[in-house]
Amino acid sequence: MVFTPLDKVRQKYDVVVIGSGLGGLTCANRLARAGHAVLLLEHHTQLGGLATWFKRGGHTFDVSLHGFPYGMVKTCKKYWSKEIRDSIVQLNNIVFDNPQFSLTTTFSKDDFTRILHEQFTLDRVTVDDFFNTVRAMNFYDDLGMTTRELFEKFFPGRSDVHRLLMEPITYANGSTLDEPAITYGIVFSNFMNRGVFTFEGGTDRLIGMMATDLQHNGVTLCTGAKVERIIVENGKTKGVVVGDREISASAVVSNSGITNTIDNLAGRDAFSDDFLSRFDKVVVNNSSSQVYFGIRKGEAFDDVGDLLFTSTAKEFSSEEMRRMDTKSRTFSVYYPKTRPDAPDYTVVASMNANYADWADLDEQAYGRAKEEMVERCFDDLERYIPGIRDKVDTIESATPQTFNRYTLHTEGTSFGTKFEGLDISRTIFKEVGGLFHVGSVGIIMSGWLGAINYGVIVANDVDAYVRS
Amino acid sequence: MTRDEIKDVILEIIEDIDEDAEFDGLDADKPLRDQLDLDSMDFLDIVMELRKRYQLQIPEEEYPELATLNSCVNYLEPKLKEA
Repeated sequence: MVFTPLDKVRQKYDVVVIGSGLGGLTCANRLARAGHAVLLLEHHTQLGGLATWFKRGGHTFDVSLHGFPYGMVKTCKKYWSKEIRDSIVQLNNIVFDNPQFSLTTTFSKDDFTRILHEQFTLDRVTVDDFFNTVRAMNFYDDLGMTTRELFEKFFPGRSDVHRLLMEPITYANGSTLDEPAITYGIVFSNFMNRGVFTFEGGTDRLIGMMATDLQHNGVTLCTGAKVERIIVENGKTKGVVVGDREISASAVVSNSGITNTIDNLAGRDAFSDDFLSRFDKVVVNNSSSQVYFGIRKGEAFDDVGDLLFTSTAKEFSSEEMRRMDTKSRTFSVYYPKTRPDAPDYTVVASMNANYADWADLDEQAYGRAKEEMVERCFDDLERYIPGIRDKVDTIESATPQTFNRYTLHTEGTSFGTKFEGLDISRTIFKEVGGLFHVGSVGIIMSGWLGAINYGVIVANDVDAYVRS
Repeated sequence: MTRDEIKDVILEIIEDIDEDAEFDGLDADKPLRDQLDLDSMDFLDIVMELRKRYQLQIPEEEYPELATLNSCVNYLEPKLKEA
């Protein structure tokens, strides 16, 4: 796809969007459809932010495709296109395997209700009560209760049940049992709606279709363009500085991380002390590590499930899950059905990770740590796909440093910020006129569905500002 | 615009959002959300479309005025009198 080189970009737009994560792309598309002139600037050569992919050894690896909730069907149709919606397909086999239980599920409310009743011997009324409680949660509800307290209230002392309910969400958005229960309830309910879905054709096809749609709607797309600074004068944003260009705009939407946006792009001088004191309480979420395995052409393996939540740790612990030597990881298994036009087998192992653990290693220790991580993933994968070592022809790995390099996220965060970031992101335009933020914040506005929907919410704010 | 015209505009916008929306038997005094399976994102779409068509700014705290078809009409009638 041909994008617009920076020197061909116009001098003035209604809106400049910085960053092309799913939130930035959706916000840009929505604003263009509403009739605004939109420029989208991305520092990387590829669009998508963390919704990304890369090619190695003849394989295409998906970094964050794993699986998203059914809500994507409606959201993609409304804010993108029917063609995009029509490529969304269900992943039927979600596998859990740990010392406390092993099971396969569709990860839907009906199937979870059955499993909690039959395998975990809980009575139906309690299970129904739990589901009704989490489904009724709103982000403006009381924050007093933590997820831990929520679980203890419904399933006291049942660490196995807590693990079943929590482990997938910890992988999905880095949350812990000490987060506000509403953040859990909203995300969990989204998945429980109908199960887990994916995009046929892979991340590259999705982002390619989105880029086509954006250009069709008149958005100017410019990659390899790193914004140096958001221009703020007299409490209002006037545009951005990118390379040797200064581009004016009535509104700037930053799809850069919220911490990056305030500390580096706009600069702290642009904000009031009161706002900064609230901002300084924002905690960025943890990062991730991944190992990618490509299977030699001609080799194959049986269907072992689409998404495997595996652990040999005795009990669930979000802290254990972030350790460098964690015994807990997911395997996203991609079969030829993922890309019918280029059938292939790949496996992506994902782990949560602390940036600090990886940041301070010297080159040698860093290389060794990566090798050990690959070996641990191989050992675990061997239990599900025997003989996998002999079938693999391509191995690659990523650490929090890798995530930091490609996304520029503070501490390589994969899931934006903890809950406090939501209010900062939602109110930034009240501090600096015309400056908006879209991106993973508050745990709720995270993941593919959360990011896209947040893009729509912010587009509405921007539209109101530009038209006023 | 007359009350009937406003009603038609609202239904037309909802139809653009959800082509499968079924208006037969719609009770104008009951919440649209329950009858048409609309969620909070859909209401945002309605707000944005009204702004685009009529330069109408609806503050967030007034979104609840759009709950039923009749409350929509009551709320929008004075605002769209000249439209």
